[in-house]
Amino acid sequence: MKAAVIVFPGSNCDRDMAVALRQAGADVTMVWHKDAALPAGVDLVAVPGGFSFGDYLRCGAIAARAPIGQAVAAHATRGGYVLGVCNGFQVLTEMGLLPGALMRNAGLKFICRTVPMRVETTDSVYTGGYGPGQVVRLPIAHHDGNFVADAETLTRLAGEDRVALRYVDNPNGAMDDIAGILSANRRVLGMMPHPERAIDPLHGSTDGLPMFASLVAGLVAA
Amino acid sequence: MKARVTVMLKTGVLDPQGEAIRHALGALGFDGVEGVRQGKVIELELAEGTTEQTVRTMCEKLLANTVIESYRIEVL
Repeated sequence: MKAAVIVFPGSNCDRDMAVALRQAGADVTMVWHKDAALPAGVDLVAVPGGFSFGDYLRCGAIAARAPIGQAVAAHATRGGYVLGVCNGFQVLTEMGLLPGALMRNAGLKFICRTVPMRVETTDSVYTGGYGPGQVVRLPIAHHDGNFVADAETLTRLAGEDRVALRYVDNPNGAMDDIAGILSANRRVLGMMPHPERAIDPLHGSTDGLPMFASLVAGLVAA
Repeated sequence: MKARVTVMLKTGVLDPQGEAIRHALGALGFDGVEGVRQGKVIELELAEGTTEQTVRTMCEKLLANTVIESYRIEVL
């Protein structure tokens, strides 16, 4: 399974993401944002966390329009897999690959802690390694994780079983307690929590491991 | 020529920063502040002859996230 991790100026979870994917068995290439194309034969594009372009204008807004952005969008349109974590989720909404937007946390504070969340659907290559309704503990570290969408979008996400993760105790004001959502073809996942920071007992949680294991196994088989 | 773009959160989108400002004004003793909305102003210096339509396209493509924000253009 070949994965590409996109690196923007200000990305700071890119190497953690590469470690998590490699540990699960993926062949990982780091891709600089000024590149116009992805390496040939890439199955998964990971858009990592961080503060791309210093969060200028809006979180993820500048990164979404970077040269590599069009290649990522084309990959998704072809039916390719894309995982966006934290700032990566913000980038994917700014690119229009996922609906809604991520606004300033309702409490206005940057929140950095490990929180419980429920796996709401196991029907995706990302969440297939968890049990239905399983509660996992994953770290969040964001200032703008307050998911917002119009009522119609929220109804559609729920109706199409596209809410991947919901917070057990909503930390940031996100509508419908949403922590992560899937695209209509279930191949693009955006999530605020950091699975790549929960893959080693020293991290305090290994609840991110099943996501990477399921992802790599699913894409090797595909 | 110059253009000024004002970007505001759409009506109905909760503005936590505006709410914090409203509370702070209340704490300073300013009674009767019933609502605060915070937005941003972007000033553009443009080549002569740039059309308002071009600025509108800039807003749609980058300056505003129209999922949550509205924008207003003033050509100065």
